[in-house]
Amino acid sequence: MPSTVALTVARYRPERESEPTWETYEVPFQKDWVVLDALNHIKDRLDGSLSFRWSCRMGVCGSCGMKVNGTPKLTCATFLSDYLPGPVRVEPLDYFPVVRDLVVDLTDFMRKLKQVKPWIVRREEKPLGEGEYLQTPDQLDTYKQFSMCINCMLCYSACPIYGLEPGFIGPAAIALAQRYNMDSRDEGAAERLNILSEHDGIWQCTFVGECTKVCPKHVDPAGAIQQYKLTAATHWVKSLLLPWGTR
Amino acid sequence: MSAEPHYTLYHPRWYRRRVSVWWWLQNRSYAWFVLRELTSVFVAFFAVVYLWQLRALAQGPEAYGQFLARLKTPLFLALDTVAFLFVIFHAITWFNLTPKAMVVRLRGKRVPDWVVIGSNYAAWLVVSGVVAFILLRG
Repeated sequence: MPSTVALTVARYRPERESEPTWETYEVPFQKDWVVLDALNHIKDRLDGSLSFRWSCRMGVCGSCGMKVNGTPKLTCATFLSDYLPGPVRVEPLDYFPVVRDLVVDLTDFMRKLKQVKPWIVRREEKPLGEGEYLQTPDQLDTYKQFSMCINCMLCYSACPIYGLEPGFIGPAAIALAQRYNMDSRDEGAAERLNILSEHDGIWQCTFVGECTKVCPKHVDPAGAIQQYKLTAATHWVKSLLLPWGTR
Repeated sequence: MSAEPHYTLYHPRWYRRRVSVWWWLQNRSYAWFVLRELTSVFVAFFAVVYLWQLRALAQGPEAYGQFLARLKTPLFLALDTVAFLFVIFHAITWFNLTPKAMVVRLRGKRVPDWVVIGSNYAAWLVVSGVVAFILLRG
């Protein structure tokens, strides 16, 4: 076991440099340390100016997504010991504008997420007095996987389509749309179809499949998109055959 | 990192990395993906040859004989071999993605992926068997 490991970290200080540079830090190696622990060590002991986001450090908040040796990862769940002898390369997520060092701006995703209405849409809310909307365990099971998304953006960083076609709604937003489409309490599928079946929706996806591989919560956004393609195609065929029946 | 920064409107100091022309060499799934996209040309080639065969068949025995003779030239043999391998590649990758696109539920429980994939292969075998039976019988 080495006593230290080198971390090569992307730095971008807009007041000082016009493009990112690399800086290498030697941090003590401990076998229970994750990459985020090493970054916190750098910030506390070596260089307080290093900027990065983190919060829960237990794979729930989705804040600490970065690229580790070229692969999008939650740094709180990525052990240094898997990258020995190093150096470990840490960069901001791809395809989002870098604000500073490892911090990226997520406004684009937030805007797209809102577009797909990721909430329960009801044509008419029932009065509170009638109680809650009930659901069986089987009904919950149909969408539960997609509801595990923590908006960590690893899937966007893994998706070359999002990089090449920045208008693409993207894996997480479509998976979350599908989460509500498949919810037995929701009635908003038709509203979401308009957004999802547009050019920048599901049809931009050519199924690279990498979003599913990097997802730390096993959401399977690639699966959600392919399933929705089938739904949208079926809807389209129905609207051709029965133009009066689909609305 | 790429040399040319690409600025974000209203935030000229935010840095946006350009996507490299070689992005598809970064990892194996990207390379497979690009291979799938590019080799779809061979699937189209197979379809065109098939249409050409139907046309020759409609034009009578002489035209069909000419068509068969042309298929036996080294150029077509080589092209057909390559196209056949890529069509097999596409068939396999297509079958393997079916459980992603189709979630089959039986009595409320999701049918495991391998069953969905397996039934595709089984159907492929049965259809191939029937075709072989029809061809070999005559």
